[in-house]
Amino acid sequence: MELDAIINQAQSQIDAAQDAATLDQVRVEFMGKKGKLTDLLKGLGKLSAQERPAAGQKINQAKQVIQQAISAKGDFLRTEELNRKLSEEAVDVTKPGRVEQPGNLHPVSRTIARIESFFGELGFAVKTGPEIEDGFHNFDALNIPANHPARADHDTFYFNPDMMLRTQTSGVQIRTMEAEQPPLRIISPGRVYRNDYDQTHTPMFHQVEGLMVDKDVSFTDLKGILHDFLHHFFEESLEIRFRPSYFPFTEPSAEVDVMGKNGQWLEVLGCGMVHPNVLKSVGIDPEQYTGFAFGMGVERLTMLRYGVNDLRAFFENDLRFLKQFN
Amino acid sequence: MKFSEKWLREWVNPSLSAHELSEQLSMAGLEVDGVEPVAGEFSGVLVGEVVECGQHPNADKLRVTKINVGSDELLDIVCGAPNCRQGIKVAVACVGAVLPGNFKIKKAKLRGEPSFGMLCSFSELGISDDHDGIIELPSDAPVGADIRNYLSLDDTSVEVDLTPNRADCLGIRGIAREVGVLNNLDVNEPSIDDVQPTIEDALTITLSADSACPRYLGRVIKGVDVTATSPLWLVEKLRRSGIRSIDPIVDVTNFVLLELGQPMHAFNLAAIKGNINVRMANEGETLTLLDESEAKLHDNTLVIADDEKALAMAGIFGGLHSGVNTDTKDILLESAFFSRDAIMGRARQYGLHTDASHRYERGVDPKLQRKAMERASALVLEICGGEAGPVVEAVSEDKLPKQATVVLRRDRLRRVLGISIEDAKVTEMLTRLGLTVSEVSEGWSAVAPSYRFDIAIEEDLIEEIARVYGYNNIPNVAPKATLAMLPSQEAKLNVNSLKSLLVSRGYNEAITYSFVDPKVQNALFPESKGLVLPHPISSDMSIMRVSLWPGLLGATAYNQKRQQSRIRMFETGLRFIPQADTPNGVLQQQVIGGVVAGRRHEEHWDREDSPVDFFDAKADVEALLALTGKVGEFSFETATHHALHPGMTAKILLNDEEVGYIGAIHPQFTKMLGVNGRVFVFELEVEAITARKLPSAVPVSRFPSNRRDIAITVKDDVRVGNILSYIEKIGVNQLVGLNLFDEYKGKGIEPGYKSLALSLHLQDPDKTLEEAEIQQAVDTVVKGLETEFGAALRE
Repeated sequence: MELDAIINQAQSQIDAAQDAATLDQVRVEFMGKKGKLTDLLKGLGKLSAQERPAAGQKINQAKQVIQQAISAKGDFLRTEELNRKLSEEAVDVTKPGRVEQPGNLHPVSRTIARIESFFGELGFAVKTGPEIEDGFHNFDALNIPANHPARADHDTFYFNPDMMLRTQTSGVQIRTMEAEQPPLRIISPGRVYRNDYDQTHTPMFHQVEGLMVDKDVSFTDLKGILHDFLHHFFEESLEIRFRPSYFPFTEPSAEVDVMGKNGQWLEVLGCGMVHPNVLKSVGIDPEQYTGFAFGMGVERLTMLRYGVNDLRAFFENDLRFLKQFN
Repeated sequence: MKFSEKWLREWVNPSLSAHELSEQLSMAGLEVDGVEPVAGEFSGVLVGEVVECGQHPNADKLRVTKINVGSDELLDIVCGAPNCRQGIKVAVACVGAVLPGNFKIKKAKLRGEPSFGMLCSFSELGISDDHDGIIELPSDAPVGADIRNYLSLDDTSVEVDLTPNRADCLGIRGIAREVGVLNNLDVNEPSIDDVQPTIEDALTITLSADSACPRYLGRVIKGVDVTATSPLWLVEKLRRSGIRSIDPIVDVTNFVLLELGQPMHAFNLAAIKGNINVRMANEGETLTLLDESEAKLHDNTLVIADDEKALAMAGIFGGLHSGVNTDTKDILLESAFFSRDAIMGRARQYGLHTDASHRYERGVDPKLQRKAMERASALVLEICGGEAGPVVEAVSEDKLPKQATVVLRRDRLRRVLGISIEDAKVTEMLTRLGLTVSEVSEGWSAVAPSYRFDIAIEEDLIEEIARVYGYNNIPNVAPKATLAMLPSQEAKLNVNSLKSLLVSRGYNEAITYSFVDPKVQNALFPESKGLVLPHPISSDMSIMRVSLWPGLLGATAYNQKRQQSRIRMFETGLRFIPQADTPNGVLQQQVIGGVVAGRRHEEHWDREDSPVDFFDAKADVEALLALTGKVGEFSFETATHHALHPGMTAKILLNDEEVGYIGAIHPQFTKMLGVNGRVFVFELEVEAITARKLPSAVPVSRFPSNRRDIAITVKDDVRVGNILSYIEKIGVNQLVGLNLFDEYKGKGIEPGYKSLALSLHLQDPDKTLEEAEIQQAVDTVVKGLETEFGAALRE
């Protein structure tokens, strides 16, 4: 009888306990060294040897019941405590992070990087060179002799008759061919300069030129590679046409147009088979080797690709413009 | 080259629309730049005759006219043009006519007088901007005819942007030939009959420089009336080809230039003393040109001279003295062949560019001169009257260009184009192009016609064949090549990795012009004499940059003015430093530079913010240097730089070699630069910071590391960098880490001194360090600092 009352009493105190300390007091009160059940166990000695096991068993059962109740309550309190703590720690995950916004590459660099990647995969090495050039590398070696009308078309910034800002990156091709023997596959991106400034011209802009010289390079190869490039660059199946043109350093020469969204042809690059005089000027035998070369205006391609409509925006470096190219 | 479509169609008339024709020309390499109607859109304008012309009763400047347009009744029309007079033929917009701009002509009353139409000027019909009065038509204009038909205004002006090699197309004749080839049509060349001389007058012609001028034809025509009016057909053909009518003689020579492509010139015979000598100018000889400017001639310039002096710059510009004017009665017509080499670049040398020089420096058909002479003579006689003398031709046959015989190999054609074309087709194409072709064993041997002086080598023929075959009929084939791997040096950083690093640290890449404002550059870099561009776009873009800073600072000012206060920008590119022992005398060095200004962080709800300082910029530079894997070889040294704040300037060294600078822009320049607040800049030589050290691995110690903190006081001017490198140098064996974690000045520290807190991290690869060993290491450091820097240990 007494045992049931103890269990009930313990149970009600366990139920009432609201924290770990109170719960521990309950444990001490019933099962501590001087606890109520401990007292009962101590009192077993007064019983007869026959009564003792049964009574002992009952007390131990009671002890187990209380122990389990305390332990369950303990788990409950710990879970509750953890939940309370977690809920206190909760943050508004929708607030902005401690942002360190990355910047970005200039759109012109971005386009150059894409072009380098397309041609790099085909084994075209990237070559660069000086921007202040001599007459040989900018003109003579490219089959543009002094007084040639093509020189006048270039609007060259001269420092003196034999020193100028390069009007094309072709000088890099000449330097490469001077230094290396075919087979050659290179592209040369970089700044070029023309003395012209209006809505559609800036005195500095970027070109990527390409050159492939090998034993059997033909016009069909040139057409193939540029078709591929333009399709990959614009990531759509554009209408493309090759139109005969003239450059002193290539023959046959072509300009390549793509059909714009407005139904107008837009010129995007110039190309051709390397002129035998150019190969000769760098000591490559044009009977043994043939090659193609092409050149493209990076700003023009970038404008078409990203819908930029004012060329001059590229060199104003307005952060509100630049940051659009993330 | 601009020409009238109808004029071309007189020569060759394919059944193509104007649009199709211009597409065809473009695709043949004669790029059509524009096609413009030769007149505005209008209707209901007729040829009329002014039958009566009287003063308006109520307006001084108006006239009342009666106009015959071929109908039963005369039209009453009020007109304000001063040239309106009785008897002239005019263009009448009748009631119901619609003029350009959808302007409808209605019955009207002008100051009380009725008006049933309008007499039109050229500008009102959108023909030209000539609005000096109404159009006066030739007296034989048929009254009542529609003006559009009468003037053949349903025509276009076609502008072709010709490449320098196709000078043969700088005339209707050449374009017509090309159109004939493309459409397989014959060209109807107008027949040009020889003009029989009726007088004997002639000048002797001497070719003193026969390489430069191997052929010169002259013809005297006496008794011409220069005041005659050029016929409307001539004026219109010229106008539609972009040339204004001047006087009948000039109009005729211009007509021949446009029609045949042969430049011509007319001299006032009375101004010629003696005979004609085509010679090189004497250096310094002067010639007053037709535009009244005086040219000081160089001896590389060919002139037409008489017995006394130069009369004209051959193939470039006529002289004023011998020019034709309204008083001229007798003329000498010139039709000459000047060699390309003699004319190329000469016009430019005098700042000139004329229709004649444009053609001669690209080339002229050496067999065309007589035909042109006969054409022009006939037209002069027809328009101005007069009597023609015999044509005098001086020629040096052996100095005339030879017609090239070019061999085209079948195999070469296939190799260059990548396709095989049937032999017969090749022969047919070359023949169509006017070449005389014979088949030889390896392919073809072809003689170019005299007008295709651009054809000289095998490639020229290959190009012609590709062009006629059609570039777009040639297949696209992916090239085949040997798979050779590209080398990639691991010990060489790609500049793109520097750029990516700065991008991820919040920088935007800028691209600024390589030429900058000399005012800015010379102020920031007074000791660097940048290379000056003799002919810049503008004075603020006239000096080659010796640093990226002027451009980046310009971009900073630009953005700050546009409310972009937080600036982090970088640029890579060449700087151009004059240096005697380099190619072209200028060191073209690739650098990477940056600019940092504004707040340290973007504004944030949980972050205190402050403006950037030196150590923000330095952190970015240190991050760049860290990419090299050899941070220890770089150092920052207190320095001075004209552009920078004297207390915030560091020179960046790689093993004691200067490789860059970092600092704050000197406040004295902020106003000139237009920048706000503190602006930090840096610039590093790319070559120096892309040489990378490859990792060489050592085993990681399995034993614990120990940290000991020490606090010392030193004088204010002692550099932390020196302390840190000293500690590293004295080589406490087990030192694996060293860090300045606090700096303090103020209360408790004597003025003029600072307290530095350093942490030393000690670890041995082979054992756990004993306390005594640790202490010994710390003591060594402290003792060293005491003697080297007068440091005192703070207890």
